[in-house]
Amino acid sequence: MNAQIPLSSYTMTADGRKIGAVLMEMKNITLRFGGVKAITDISFDIREGEIRSIIGPNGAGKSSMLNVISGFYVPQEGEVWFRGARRPQMKPYEVARQGIARTFQNIALFDGMSVLDNIMTGRLTLMKTGLLAQSFWWGSAEREETAHREKVEKIIDFLEIQAIRKTPVGRLPYGLKKRVELARALAAEPKLLLLDEPMAGMNVEEKEDMCRFILDVNDEFGTTIALIEHDMGVVMDLSDRVVVMDYGKKIGDGTPDEVRNNQAVIDAYLGVSHE
Amino acid sequence: MTDQEPVAGLVSIPALMARNARTLPHRAAYREKEFGIWQVWSWQEAHAETRALAMGFLALGLKRGDFVAVVGRNRPSLYWSIVAAQMCGAVPVPLYQDAVAEEAEYVLEHCSARFVVCGDQEQVDKVIEVQERIQCIDQVVYVDKRGMRKYDHSRMNALADVLTEGKAAHHRFEAELDARIAAITYDDPCVMLYTSGTTGKPKGVVLSNRNIIETSRNTCDFDRLTSSEEILAYLPMAWVGDFIFSMGQAMWAGFCVNCPESAATMMTDLREIGPSYFFAPPRVFEGQLTNVMIRMEDAAPFKQWLFRTFMAHARKVGPAMLDGRPVSFTDRLLYRLGDLMVYGPLKNTLGYSRIRVGYTAGEAIGPEIFDFYRALGINLKQLYGQTEASVFITQQPDGEVRSDTVGVPSPGVEVKIAETGEVFYRSPGTFVEYFKNPDSTASTKDPEGWVATGDAGFFEPQTGHLRIIDRAKDVGRMADGSLFAPKYVENKLKFYPNILEAVVFGAGRDRCCAFINIDLTAVGNWAERNNIAYSSYQELAGHPQVYEMIRGHVEEVNRSVAADSMLAGCRIHRFLILHKELDADDGELTRTRKVRRNIIADKYADLIAALYDGSTVISTETEVTYEDGRKGVLKATLKIADAATLATVERRAAA
Repeated sequence: MNAQIPLSSYTMTADGRKIGAVLMEMKNITLRFGGVKAITDISFDIREGEIRSIIGPNGAGKSSMLNVISGFYVPQEGEVWFRGARRPQMKPYEVARQGIARTFQNIALFDGMSVLDNIMTGRLTLMKTGLLAQSFWWGSAEREETAHREKVEKIIDFLEIQAIRKTPVGRLPYGLKKRVELARALAAEPKLLLLDEPMAGMNVEEKEDMCRFILDVNDEFGTTIALIEHDMGVVMDLSDRVVVMDYGKKIGDGTPDEVRNNQAVIDAYLGVSHE
Repeated sequence: MTDQEPVAGLVSIPALMARNARTLPHRAAYREKEFGIWQVWSWQEAHAETRALAMGFLALGLKRGDFVAVVGRNRPSLYWSIVAAQMCGAVPVPLYQDAVAEEAEYVLEHCSARFVVCGDQEQVDKVIEVQERIQCIDQVVYVDKRGMRKYDHSRMNALADVLTEGKAAHHRFEAELDARIAAITYDDPCVMLYTSGTTGKPKGVVLSNRNIIETSRNTCDFDRLTSSEEILAYLPMAWVGDFIFSMGQAMWAGFCVNCPESAATMMTDLREIGPSYFFAPPRVFEGQLTNVMIRMEDAAPFKQWLFRTFMAHARKVGPAMLDGRPVSFTDRLLYRLGDLMVYGPLKNTLGYSRIRVGYTAGEAIGPEIFDFYRALGINLKQLYGQTEASVFITQQPDGEVRSDTVGVPSPGVEVKIAETGEVFYRSPGTFVEYFKNPDSTASTKDPEGWVATGDAGFFEPQTGHLRIIDRAKDVGRMADGSLFAPKYVENKLKFYPNILEAVVFGAGRDRCCAFINIDLTAVGNWAERNNIAYSSYQELAGHPQVYEMIRGHVEEVNRSVAADSMLAGCRIHRFLILHKELDADDGELTRTRKVRRNIIADKYADLIAALYDGSTVISTETEVTYEDGRKGVLKATLKIADAATLATVERRAAA
């Protein structure tokens, strides 16, 4: 079932109803690796319910930015505000518990495990029963797993991967692995979902499917999404607002139309003549 | 033909459902796998849901005589929509879910459908596109809510909401609904099904309650189907077969209809359900056999030996045991051993462990394929039918099964062969009319009720079984006057796993030529084993070694055709392998995957010309349609190969 649905029917309107208060705010973030400045004094916010994209040429610092949000990198300067409070320095798992889930540019799934088990790992942060109860799979542990499995099955149904439920991830084609990664991130029931190049290396049909899933996730679960993507068509169609980075600096911020007409952005993407 | 009276007031599908809710209240009626679990509805529950849905339809203003289109994959809620529409006195019209918008538009406009029940967003989008051009559609109801939040809901509802509303309003509508159900007569339309039509626009076949219920009753008796059968509903709901098996017979006998989770999980679900009554077109059986063979090629040598040895034994005694013919004690013992080691596990893997009655129809099935399944002890039989007959014209009784006949007339059906060789039938299942098309009705069904099938065939004198040769209109003459039956040759070609589809030309010409479609699964696997690299279907299709292999198949077919003196003219002199798969989206096949000969001949006129003018290569451009209706152009250079035909001295002498 490779339904191809015209993207235009989904085009979001920033009508204020869908997009709510500020969920996350980055204030003057600077990130250095020794002498190299990966990110220089960048500020932007992500509002509840929106699809926010970060774009830029290779090496612009997009993935570093996502890693700052997910707590993997700690910026030397600047503040990260999440749900109205300044976030102290945190380990990635603590960030995850706060309700931020992510996918990776280079798929990071457990190859030997089934799709179902991989997605179940997404719910680890939500599991409460102790090691002992889980080892014997008894009483509350059994009830808990049933409840988690139910949620996971809803996600499997949502992403239309029923047919590969029991298939080891290592045997899947690339496009499906990407979808499983999205499923695992969704299993954590995140407030904010970070997608690192969800469409990279996909063919047109897989891209269209993935677009549909991202929009449906945003629409059905109300999940806020921040994504990095190279495919301009995809970004412009999906996003409510776009941040443009170049050499670690922010050179544009606004709706897809505003960004498209921004001279600095055009220069960064098309190059400028040096005459 | 005698008009039988309905049994105990059971004049409609809703009446049958009410009876099942009374007599089998807690027996499973519908199962659907969702969220990884089989969800079950008993007859009582299903009946209550259907009534609530019908009252919801009444609340939306469904009138008597309205047409309700139903489009989506097989799901209990869509089956209930059909019955709910019938309860309201409306006529359900199931549509093919993979039809593109234009095809759906023709049908929706032709029957002026007022309600459309859609499975999911994909179908709703199609209806919305159609609504820009036609005005008749008043209400859209959808099952799957995903992605539907932002749509204009002024004339659109989720099925669950319609159901809830119906439940809430039952005081208001209960009496009205009962009155409408009571008003249904035995001769009212039960369903309207559009025939796929190998030529021209689809025709709406109106089948009455009498047609469906009498046919279901007769055929349930024929195969002794009871309420304990399990079937898997996976074939298109718009196809008459699914309507008879999953609706008519299921309601009559009260057995359980199981709906797979999605099209992709059908094989897993088949294994989990283990149906006892199963229908599949030959291509499903062919596909499964091909898969088994491919997997056996990769098995360890000992396993291969085990498989070969026991399958050889099964082919020898399996069919005889099924038919109840005498088999020696040693052979029986060996078969039991084989069952333990090979047949049993294999049947289990295929999901066929519990099949009591299996049918195939629609196309001819290869004798090797047919025998393979029968050898395993699966009671696979053939039937012959069409939409206009409510499926059944002939079928094979247990113990009288052969691969080259289609059996004896079904109970209640009269069959006669006209002087032209065309098969005619008359039965309680004979359709009422083609909707809004009295001319076609009159030319198909004569005043006495005899219907022309359009197929040429004859009864075998020894057995009384019917044998179908070809479509009557396809049977033609070649330039020298000898008989030309393309399908006969095509079927022989298609029995090779490497050949997916074949189209033979030759009417009015001096010799026959053919288009071949390779089967990507089989040929791709063969290429892998032989270290043949290819990057696309087109490249594989044009590979010289593939041509050599196909030439071998064609020449073998030529030898077997030559053995039949009547059809010896149909030997294939030249052939080419097409650069694309024939596809229903391009109009080359019908939705039930039958070859549309004239359209192919028009579209590939340049290729046919090249086949006959002796050229060895031809460049061509082909328009292709993608699943969403967009079009593209495929360019290719095709080779044309010659095939050896045996000397035709006898034929010339005869001519």
